[in-house]
Amino acid sequence: MPLVLNEEQRLLRDTAREFLAGNAPVAAMRKLRDERDALGYDALLWRKMAELGWASIILPEAYGGLDFGFLGLGVVMEECGRTLAASPLFASAAVGASALLLGGNSEQKAALLPQIAAGELTLALALEETHHHRPTHISTTAVPEGEGFVLNGGKTFVLDGHSADKLIVVARSSEDDRNAQGLTLLLVDRQTPGLSCQRTVMADSRNAANLRFDNVRVGADCLVGEAGQGWAILEPVLDRGRVALAAEMMGCALEAFERTVAYLKQREQFGVPIGSFQALQHRAAQMQADIELCRSVLLQALSAVDETPEQLPMLASLAKAKLNELVKRVTNEAVQMHGGIGVTDEMDIGFFLKRARVTMQVFGDTGFHKDRYATLCGY
Amino acid sequence: MQDLDEFRQEVRQWLEANCPPSQRQPITPPEQYWGGRRGSFPSEDARIWFERMRDRGWIAPDWPTRYGGGGLSDRESRVIKQEMQRIRARTPLYGIGLWMLGPALLEYGNEAQKQRHIRAIINGESRWAQGYSEPGAGSDLASLQCRAQDMGDHFLVNGSKIWTTAADKCDWIFCLVRTNTEVKKQEGISFLLIDMDDPGISTTPIALISGESEFCQTFFDNVKVPKENLVGELNKGWSVAKALLVHERKLMAEMGSDSPRKVVAPNEAARKYLEFDNGRITDAQLRSDLVDYNMQMHAIALTHFRTFEEKASGVRSAAPLAMKYLGTEAEKTKSELLLAIMGSRGLGWEGEGFTTEELDTLRLWAMSKAMTIAGGSSEIQLNVIAKSVLELPQQAEK
Ligand SMILES: Cc1cc2nc3c(=O)[nH]c(=O)nc-3n(C[C@H](O)[C@H](O)[C@H](O)COP(=O)(O)OP(=O)(O)OC[C@H]3O[C@@H](n4cnc5c(N)ncnc54)[C@H](O)[C@@H]3O)c2cc1C
Repeated sequence: MPLVLNEEQRLLRDTAREFLAGNAPVAAMRKLRDERDALGYDALLWRKMAELGWASIILPEAYGGLDFGFLGLGVVMEECGRTLAASPLFASAAVGASALLLGGNSEQKAALLPQIAAGELTLALALEETHHHRPTHISTTAVPEGEGFVLNGGKTFVLDGHSADKLIVVARSSEDDRNAQGLTLLLVDRQTPGLSCQRTVMADSRNAANLRFDNVRVGADCLVGEAGQGWAILEPVLDRGRVALAAEMMGCALEAFERTVAYLKQREQFGVPIGSFQALQHRAAQMQADIELCRSVLLQALSAVDETPEQLPMLASLAKAKLNELVKRVTNEAVQMHGGIGVTDEMDIGFFLKRARVTMQVFGDTGFHKDRYATLCGY
Repeated sequence: MQDLDEFRQEVRQWLEANCPPSQRQPITPPEQYWGGRRGSFPSEDARIWFERMRDRGWIAPDWPTRYGGGGLSDRESRVIKQEMQRIRARTPLYGIGLWMLGPALLEYGNEAQKQRHIRAIINGESRWAQGYSEPGAGSDLASLQCRAQDMGDHFLVNGSKIWTTAADKCDWIFCLVRTNTEVKKQEGISFLLIDMDDPGISTTPIALISGESEFCQTFFDNVKVPKENLVGELNKGWSVAKALLVHERKLMAEMGSDSPRKVVAPNEAARKYLEFDNGRITDAQLRSDLVDYNMQMHAIALTHFRTFEEKASGVRSAAPLAMKYLGTEAEKTKSELLLAIMGSRGLGWEGEGFTTEELDTLRLWAMSKAMTIAGGSSEIQLNVIAKSVLELPQQAEK
């Protein structure tokens, strides 16, 4: 398993970079924020991304997919991280599509995946119920009724929760509140009666929502995987989401870092570029060293998804924990090394800082993944 | 000590009788009183509280009584501060006139300047801005370019200042200006007091990452400043500037322990947002981060105490030079810790789904990033320690 991108992946990266620079620069994200855009992303941009095949990047050709695997997705996510491009790529094309790929039956796949591949249908995962990522702490209930289920409960921090067409809801059909057993995944149309949505405005100005389910009735065809066996699908889906997000975080960190290094070369104080001060040089060099570690971890985790899934849990936790720390450190240093101008809204650096803090909480903070890694190691 | 105990009793009784109950609540930014011609009291109680404190001489307890201060010793002043903290009494008047300019003026100003400005500061009649930094002169403050030409009976000021906090709301600005370009950069700087209403001054607000717009760029276009507004001697402004920075850094060092905002303390946040099992936080990482922070704050508090005692007994140590660095870095750690503890609840920017306290925590987190830059960055604080405490060899400046 070579820890380098192949020709095709490098080409993808170059295309993605060029496309995003032209179509979704940081300025586009700033505009969405300033205009308090109702959708939270640019629908036209998403259509263009879909035309490039990004919506289907991990999907097999049979469903109209590009079939570039997770390394391909990682390349695109990373570039999106660089320009902070808002789109359903993560929630729908990475997480949602994975859930259907891993858990959907053949009818569901045949009906939905081509639509997802075309960017016409978007998904979101409705998982969290508290302010920390605790994927087994589920008390939303899915009670069998007739052929289908009745859903009751609340979800929070649902990325794209107000904009996605369908939600994959993690609910409990048996066992107690904190058990990985007894979870059921249900595909719920966002317009279903009884489902209410409160959009929340987060630090990164990206999409998130709180959802409420009051006697939401869904049919048997909405069940993803087997009732009560949801964890077997959810866990690998989360791991895929974690590595995809880690790729975005890499892009976010790299861009903030490169902009900072450029600033160190440009800004002069005491008659010299501030980058000539060793106090700053060493910190920049240490970040470069960290980036090298993260690069290896990220590549290994992305390729594990398709090649060695048995190693994915540990690698996903390693990647998410490492990238959490990298993106925190780099964005903090970026602001500090820019001095006064770094804390102005006019400068883009603050956007990287804010996006970083949100990504650090999605699908597990550093402590969560350290704990999981330790557990997987047997201590 | 006996006297101090008696004094404490007296202070306690007076505060009990005079501080309105509404002024014993945590304060939010709109509830702060900053004085000045454009300022107004956020509430009737805030006015009563301010006036009582002013009449008692406790707005500036350690300043001389002839300018409206309390004429008290450092120890007595500290007792007042402690007793106010004990009942959570609000700070009746905010402002850098009170915190920074006043002390510098008492040391370097002439009698006329003190008569005119010190009392006005205490009375909340003038609000001050700080005109130090320029686009090209931040950490290298002494390279500043804003010119003041000697025109015989006045100075003519041209140039701009940047990051001037609240300049658009201030009545006066104290400025470092270049009065000699022929000499070493520190030796051609003068310290001027400039009325913000003077013709030729304009301000442009700059928005911050916290979403607020607290600071400005301030432009001077042929502004005439009377000669009497020069503080200290011509071309000796650098000494005044440095003395003032000492007050600024002391203030910033202590800001964490005296936060004006209604944000939760990390311990409280932990109780509210984390799970406990048998009295222990179950999240090992956050428990460890929390104890690191608390131990650091404990040590910082003891060091503040020690520096006070050292000063009172005439002992010198390196501690005061480290406090701005330590205090503002700890503030950043605290804000990051609060976000980590609050999880997704700490990430709300505005609107529904979050409490005001949660939203404030995020805004304050964003602002905390500025504190290790303003008033001399952390790097500059460390350079000062390396140079003046450790006497390490310095690289020749180009
Ligand atoms: C919230 C806020 C409020 C402020 N309010 C005011 C105000 O009211 N009035 C006012 O005059 N100014 C104010 N300032 C400005 C503040 O004093 C400057 O931002 C500060 O001095 C840094 O200067 P700079 O922004 O130009 O950064 P630079 O000096 O350009 O610094 C950029 C980076 O280089 C580092 N650096 C610079 N020199 C060295 C060195 N020799 N060794 C190692 N590292 C170095 C810095 O530490 C920083 O990380 C405020 C700033 C902030 C953030």
